[in-house]
Amino acid sequence: MTSTNPTTLDPAGGASAPPAGLRPVRRASRDRAAETRRKWYEIIGLTTPAIVVYVTFVLVPMGFAVYYSLFRWRGVGPPTEYIGFDNYVMAFQDPIFLDALRNNAIIVFGSLLVQGPIALGVALLLNRHFRGRTVFRLLAFVPYVLAEVTVGIMWKLILTPGGSLDALLQSIGMGGLVQAWLADLDIVIWTLLFVLTWKYVGFAIILLLAGLSNVPQELNEAAAIDGASWWQIQRHVTLPLLGPTIRIWMFLSMIGSLQVFDVIWVTSVPAVRSLGASATMATYMVDNGFFARLWGYGNAVAVILFVISFVAALLFQRFLLRRDIQGAMTGRAN
Amino acid sequence: MAIKRRVTTAIALSITTALLAAGCGGGGESEAPPESELFKNPVTLTWWHNASQDGPGKTYWQKVADDFTALHPTVTIEIEAIETNQLQRTRLPAALLSNDPPDIFQAWGGGEIREQVEADYLKDITEQVKTEVGNIGSAAEIWQVDGKQYGLPYRMGIEGIWYNKDMFQRAGIAAPPTTFEELNDAVTKLKAINVVPIALGAGDKWPAAHWWYNFALRACSVDTLKKASTETVFDDPCFVKAGQDLKTFIDTTPFQDNFIATPGQNDPTSANGLLANGKAAMELMGDWNKGTLETVASDEEALKKFLGWFPVPAISGSAGDPKAALGGGDGFACAKNAPGECVEFLKYIVSPEVQKGYAQTGTGLPVAKGAEAGVEDPALRSILEATTGATYVQLWLDTAFGSTVGNAMNDAIVAIFAGNGTPEQVVEAMKAAARK
Repeated sequence: MTSTNPTTLDPAGGASAPPAGLRPVRRASRDRAAETRRKWYEIIGLTTPAIVVYVTFVLVPMGFAVYYSLFRWRGVGPPTEYIGFDNYVMAFQDPIFLDALRNNAIIVFGSLLVQGPIALGVALLLNRHFRGRTVFRLLAFVPYVLAEVTVGIMWKLILTPGGSLDALLQSIGMGGLVQAWLADLDIVIWTLLFVLTWKYVGFAIILLLAGLSNVPQELNEAAAIDGASWWQIQRHVTLPLLGPTIRIWMFLSMIGSLQVFDVIWVTSVPAVRSLGASATMATYMVDNGFFARLWGYGNAVAVILFVISFVAALLFQRFLLRRDIQGAMTGRAN
Repeated sequence: MAIKRRVTTAIALSITTALLAAGCGGGGESEAPPESELFKNPVTLTWWHNASQDGPGKTYWQKVADDFTALHPTVTIEIEAIETNQLQRTRLPAALLSNDPPDIFQAWGGGEIREQVEADYLKDITEQVKTEVGNIGSAAEIWQVDGKQYGLPYRMGIEGIWYNKDMFQRAGIAAPPTTFEELNDAVTKLKAINVVPIALGAGDKWPAAHWWYNFALRACSVDTLKKASTETVFDDPCFVKAGQDLKTFIDTTPFQDNFIATPGQNDPTSANGLLANGKAAMELMGDWNKGTLETVASDEEALKKFLGWFPVPAISGSAGDPKAALGGGDGFACAKNAPGECVEFLKYIVSPEVQKGYAQTGTGLPVAKGAEAGVEDPALRSILEATTGATYVQLWLDTAFGSTVGNAMNDAIVAIFAGNGTPEQVVEAMKAAARK
């Protein structure tokens, strides 16, 4: 990286060097050195823009968030009142924040346990050959393509008191089932889980279908020749080979569920959210950071959310994704 | 999942800018330029207001800006219409913090404007607007901090109960209730003819919280409320009493089913949608309600015929002043470094002619004397009379106490409505928030 580098790379320099064969060892090491240098130029040249963007828009704001979380700051004027970790203590003492944590846990496990089996079943079905398969694949994916806000408003209209769900239930003589879907404090989180499932199950399906297309057809044929039934093939051949895809989906679903915001924010009723029944960490952060104008506190909640997601991601990688991403993320190249 | 990062980034970026700008700014107070300097050089004023929905309000502000440019060709006005909550909670704080605020923008009085003045964001306009303040009267005080004027209201009104005259007649209610006993009686009579007595948009929290505010207004003396607003001290037992009165009132089940899920306004299924479309008999709401009722009414003519208004009833034997009312307004303020033309434009907005035109839009009550003639609607006229006749107008408590206490207070009040909060918890939440 010094200014003399170009001359050592100059072919003319190479020509004036001692004849080949006289100092073969040194010559090879010089080639290797040039090769290494070139590699570094490439690495620096190609990654610098990305690193600059990443540092400016991810690391620096994260640093600021940690810094501001240590202040009692209402967002008017610069932060001046340093209070250490009081914001963090305050968060874990607020029953609404604990409700939000519980709701996030429900959404994480609910998503995994409900979406997983549904997606797997649908994907296995859609992987078979039948007429109109493309149409069904498309339909399964439609909710995921829709914008979160659109989905939120749509379901809000359906689930609102006297909305189309209530009308449907009444028209088929099941009016007794009508609930305050979005307002009953005990029900609302399950309603929202349903909406989230509807929205995101298509993503799991498409991911699993992609995974299925990587399962070699020969294996299935071999199993079939050995006399295995369709079920046996799925159970003993396809599923094990689908493992990496399932684990990656679980990882994405978990992180998404911890940070879920848009659909909850749009669909849930502000009053119900502020009572904790439908709050998640992200909605709690916005409610407190912006609406209660507690900017320092909001930053503290953001940091907590980040740490929880980060730790969850690390644990997941360490224990479940280890084999799948060997070399890709852990740095071990074997 | 993207929102978290976006929000923190926005905050962090705006802060960085603020810190950088703070370093180079601070060049001493900008004195008002002499009259002759105004309107000489081309100036662009940015104006943020909250009439974000298409309608008479938005159209009218555009006309006001165009008229001003016609009068003063050197001034160009760029309008951005932003929904109230977005404007007050995110856009404006961030813009002010980043030292790149709009020149003239929506300003809530009370606790909000006090915080903004303490952070040195606003232009002191005391000297320039003496005439206007004189013409507006006591309403202008809400935009004062420590005796100095930092903004001017263009709309002011008190809250009351909007009601359906036809339903009252059918239920055999002779006259609008003047006491809570009469109101309870009216509720019973309306239930008897199978009508939802009162529509409530508790889903948005504040429409429910306003009931508590009114009970507090009746239970607390004016001095207690004034002290609470400036010092955020809530030791007086009257604040607990407000919650108890509210609980008693909720127990008479005057509201529609599922009020916790009902939005406040702008939607046919919302509380004012229920009133506007003849599905409920009453709604507690501010003076702006006429405009929002019209946007959700399926039959505007029918609405005009049945709509009436009466002040919030008094509670017999309470400490509060029965003629005191809860109210508020909207105003505009100029950013500290806005050009002098900004103040001229502000003065233009509150001038009697512009105010009269505003009154004619029917979206709110004007504040300037001489604009009353523009109020044509009978319901709005009765609010105007009640506003003038009120002995004391208490600003909405969540605005008066500032966002932090206001938000905690509203949340705790909604918990009472949801059946899992107590009157004591409201006061505890307010005290805790004041310390946050």
